Amino acid sequence: MGNQASRLDELISHDYRHGFYTPMEVDSAPAGLSEDVIRLISAKKNEPDFMLDWRLKAFRHWLTMTEPRWATVRHPPIDYQAIVYYSAPKSRTDGPKSLAEVDPELLRTYEKLGVPLEERELLAGVAVDAVFDSVSVATTFKEKLGELGIIFCSFSEAVQHHPELVRQYLGSVVPYTDNFFATLNSAVFSDGSFCYIPPGVRCPMELSTYFRINAKNTGQFERTLIIADRGAYVSYLEGCTAPMRDENQLHAAVVELVALEGAQIKYSTVQNWYPGDKDGKGGIYNFVTKRGDCREANSKISWTQVETGSAITWKYPSVILQGDNSVGEFHSVALTNHWQQADTGTKMIHLGRNTKSTILSKGISAGHGSNAYRGLVKVAKSAANARNYTQCDSLLLGDRCAAHTFPYIEVKNASARVEHEASTSRIGEDQLFYCQSRGVSAEDAVSLIVSGFCREVFKELPMEFAVEAQKLLGVSLEGSIG
Amino acid sequence: MTTGAREHYLGRFAAHRARLAGASLPWLQRLRDAAIERFAGLGLPTTREEDWKYTNLSALERRLFDVVADGAQFSGFRNDVAERELARHALDDTHRLVFVDGRYAPGLSHVASLPRGAEIGSLAELVATRPEVAAELLDTDPEAEANGLAALNAAFWTDGAYIDLAPGVAIDAPVHLLFVATRMDLASFPRIVVRTGAGAEATVIEHYAGSDDAVYLTDAVTRIDAGAGARVTHVKVQQESRRGFHIAGIHTLQAADSRFASHSFAFGGQLARNDIATRLEAEGCNAKLAGLYVGSGRQHHDHHTCIDHARPRGTSRELYKGVLDDASRAVFNGRVIVRPGAQRTDAQQSNHNLLLSDGAEVNTKPQLEIWADDVQCAHGATVGQLDADRLHYLRARGLDAATARGLLIHAFAADVLRDITHAGLRARLSTLLPGQLPEDMGELECELLPTS
Amino acid sequence: MLEIRNLHVTVDEGTTKRPILRGLDLAVGAGEVHAIMGPNGSGKSTLAHVLAGREGYVVTAGEVLYRGANLLDLPPETRAREGIFLAFQYPVEIPGVANIYLLKAALNAARKHRGEAELDALDFLALVKAKLRLMQMDESLLYRAVNEGFSGGEKKRNEILQMAVLEPQLAILDETDSGLDIDALKVVANGVNAMRSPERAMILVTHYQRLLDHIRPDRVHVLAHGRIALSGGPELALELERRGYGWVEAKALETAAGARP
Repeated sequence: MGNQASRLDELISHDYRHGFYTPMEVDSAPAGLSEDVIRLISAKKNEPDFMLDWRLKAFRHWLTMTEPRWATVRHPPIDYQAIVYYSAPKSRTDGPKSLAEVDPELLRTYEKLGVPLEERELLAGVAVDAVFDSVSVATTFKEKLGELGIIFCSFSEAVQHHPELVRQYLGSVVPYTDNFFATLNSAVFSDGSFCYIPPGVRCPMELSTYFRINAKNTGQFERTLIIADRGAYVSYLEGCTAPMRDENQLHAAVVELVALEGAQIKYSTVQNWYPGDKDGKGGIYNFVTKRGDCREANSKISWTQVETGSAITWKYPSVILQGDNSVGEFHSVALTNHWQQADTGTKMIHLGRNTKSTILSKGISAGHGSNAYRGLVKVAKSAANARNYTQCDSLLLGDRCAAHTFPYIEVKNASARVEHEASTSRIGEDQLFYCQSRGVSAEDAVSLIVSGFCREVFKELPMEFAVEAQKLLGVSLEGSIG
Repeated sequence: MTTGAREHYLGRFAAHRARLAGASLPWLQRLRDAAIERFAGLGLPTTREEDWKYTNLSALERRLFDVVADGAQFSGFRNDVAERELARHALDDTHRLVFVDGRYAPGLSHVASLPRGAEIGSLAELVATRPEVAAELLDTDPEAEANGLAALNAAFWTDGAYIDLAPGVAIDAPVHLLFVATRMDLASFPRIVVRTGAGAEATVIEHYAGSDDAVYLTDAVTRIDAGAGARVTHVKVQQESRRGFHIAGIHTLQAADSRFASHSFAFGGQLARNDIATRLEAEGCNAKLAGLYVGSGRQHHDHHTCIDHARPRGTSRELYKGVLDDASRAVFNGRVIVRPGAQRTDAQQSNHNLLLSDGAEVNTKPQLEIWADDVQCAHGATVGQLDADRLHYLRARGLDAATARGLLIHAFAADVLRDITHAGLRARLSTLLPGQLPEDMGELECELLPTS
Repeated sequence: MLEIRNLHVTVDEGTTKRPILRGLDLAVGAGEVHAIMGPNGSGKSTLAHVLAGREGYVVTAGEVLYRGANLLDLPPETRAREGIFLAFQYPVEIPGVANIYLLKAALNAARKHRGEAELDALDFLALVKAKLRLMQMDESLLYRAVNEGFSGGEKKRNEILQMAVLEPQLAILDETDSGLDIDALKVVANGVNAMRSPERAMILVTHYQRLLDHIRPDRVHVLAHGRIALSGGPELALELERRGYGWVEAKALETAAGARP
């Protein structure tokens, strides 16, 4: 038995591929957080007053808050004064105007990560905004998108060139008072992506942001804001990596999505932050607030996430279904291995009439990994004929891992229909042995079972991402058999 | 400033301490002192606590109930009310112990002959006559009394029942424990202890009834110790007055290969909370938890259940259903834990809710915590309303709308009722469901079928 | 028995209201068996549902008289008690309610409505068992939940069993032949034929002619675009079987175009 268990262990252990560090000359704020640091960040970014005011309000509010304790995750206390809140690659100008101005070292980094920023090398139909530590370093296909009226740029640029849009929508989904980490983000966020799709425009290519934490002791606090105006459509991809370090690093991002009448936003994430080593040392604390607002009728927001990285993941991409007939979706695969902990799920807040939501969550736990689905389906009194269907499945690999399910269902309208189902299964040694005795290697058998388990979620991902996600899980479960 | 619940009950304890049951027994006083200290630290639960998120006890902070300690003060109960309630709730073919306002009423009770090795009686009497046995039965488990109200019960309990079965002893007829509340503004703290030796068998019906619209508090604690291979069935019937408060904890420990079945029926009270927990602490145990809550008006029903699979080869089945009308609210929190090493656990849980009115509200959280891999666990929860196609079908066959609704409500509840083996109780529970049935159809439930 | 005049019905689909019946006329007398045929989407099932009183259908014009009185104002249960029976195309499953329980409740509701004494258990059981034999159904189906886990054929037979027990004045069979193999079809047809009587009217709603091989109708109507496009004797069904519905539909469109002012 012991022998068999260790074979499963080997099967599921793997090395982190993106763990290198790029030596760069950086421009950093001193460690620690104070009003001065916030003023410094705001000044560096040449922000208008309304932004500084907003940041300071958030900071003052944050001082009154305490770190949440309710998630089933365990971590040593975070010293918020030891974190560097601003770190940017040094550049000659205020920001790169084109790819030609981007530091070649940076371009090489992204190439190494498999994210080419040179447009000619890009997969057709994907525009990329790359965020390195705290700032956006390159956005591709900007002009082409501009012809359609689509604004796709770094958040800093949006603040400079489209302050009216930023002012209107920033914090309108995740207010600066929302929660401990979102409030912190509101105070200190340094960059991120901004996207606006004008009425009736179907964005012709996938938009993508690639996040990279490089510098030591750095927190990454990016902010993404996507607005799909009436009848617009956009599919958005987000990927992330970080170097291997023994210390834990904090990532506290905020993503806000706004869908106006008849608009659709599809947001896909493949999160592969450094998870820590096999003894649980190091890794990213990924405490992220993602929320979409189906603000007007017939709109739709769909979240798809594949979470394989981070030491601790704590995120609940949510949808507020305000508009009548609006639709929210959440599709998730979360893999925890070694000592990783994931507490993830979604909130579907039904406010409008005939609103629908679907939740599909697949958790895979291996090693000492702990995987929790935590979700809320709330049907307000106003949400006549609301519908929700939730399915949460857990796959357990080995007898030291854990899988938890905490679905909160709150229904205040008698015409609502809410259904929740959850199940647990495992890959047993007997199954592996059976496959082997039929000539299928145990390795293949595991990856077969795992990919079968995740198929329903993967099919929601855009093609390029699905391949990437499949590979990522494959790597996660790679190993030799004794 | 008005006195809060904490100061009030601490004050009552100080005043009554010397007159509580077993006041002369140092070990019991130590238990009570430790409990009141726990209460002093905890106070009443608040909605800031995860387990009380949806159940607000602020009414119990405002409305402070009287506590009666010794026998002399019990003479004041309303005998007429007690007898009326007894006539309404008595069940045939049972051993019956009646408690009025928390105190044993021998004149209203009736225990037929019991097999050797079976003992049933008043806990206060046991403390007075055989304190050494009482000490064994009252050996508390602080974990089971982790909230302020359970601690209050441990401090204040004045009476209650004990059922003590030697190994291999089976009581055929159910033990019917009927707790009748007759007085306004009184808090009663019943304590029930069930101990079954290896292979013993018993069915206990714990039944709470209150008169009219009396406002009072029942704060009950039940402890069940199921020996190896024992079979224990516990049926809780909560029919408190429409304005009464009912808080109860039922905690079971299961030894190897024991079978425990819990059925909880909640009909009464303005605010009622049941914590029902069983710990399968040896191999091969079987637990079955079923429940039905029926709310109307502004009633609030809360069930928190916990099935703790601590050891391998345990099986559990849980089915809770709710029917909510008017502006009633229900909370269901079903926790299933599979501890590390509890391999080959098989746990299934479901919770289904029927909302009959737009003002009604349900908060449900089926919760799985799994720390082992060779397990089969599944849960499901639904919230919905009566099926329009089914209603139409029944009406198209000539049943009027009200009858069609009533029939579908009864059908919804059928699989929770069907396992109640006492036919008289089953029939009576069925009459407590909302909605009328076709007239002259005879006893209904034998013609209703389990939903598959 | 039944008279439908210029019936217009729209179906409420949440945001939109779609017209289905657009001026349907039909008269069915006591003792007659009428078949209503037509392509999918012509409104056959809508007609059946409107007669049974299902919600979600809005009568925008016209009237339906049943035994000389306005039918449309009555709730579904009163129609049933007055002797209208709809055998559903898709009989719903009702977990928790025994088949026999529903039969008894339905029969007693109708008897009470007519001022008759309710049947006692013995008489009732004798009646039901006789009808069971007619439908070649297993007695165990009586004690199972209504339609729950029944095969397609069992569901349809169960509908006819209910009809046999309730003995309606006007029976509407909505696609009762769909999903039946030939043996089950014969059993159902025998059951229906045994019910034919001078006092009873029947409407068979069907897409195919094959049911009519076993139950010979007095009249055949073709429904197209929400109205009766063509009526005839039993031979019309055979013609439809040969030629399909296309020519009738084309004709109906011409008529509709011609009728437009």
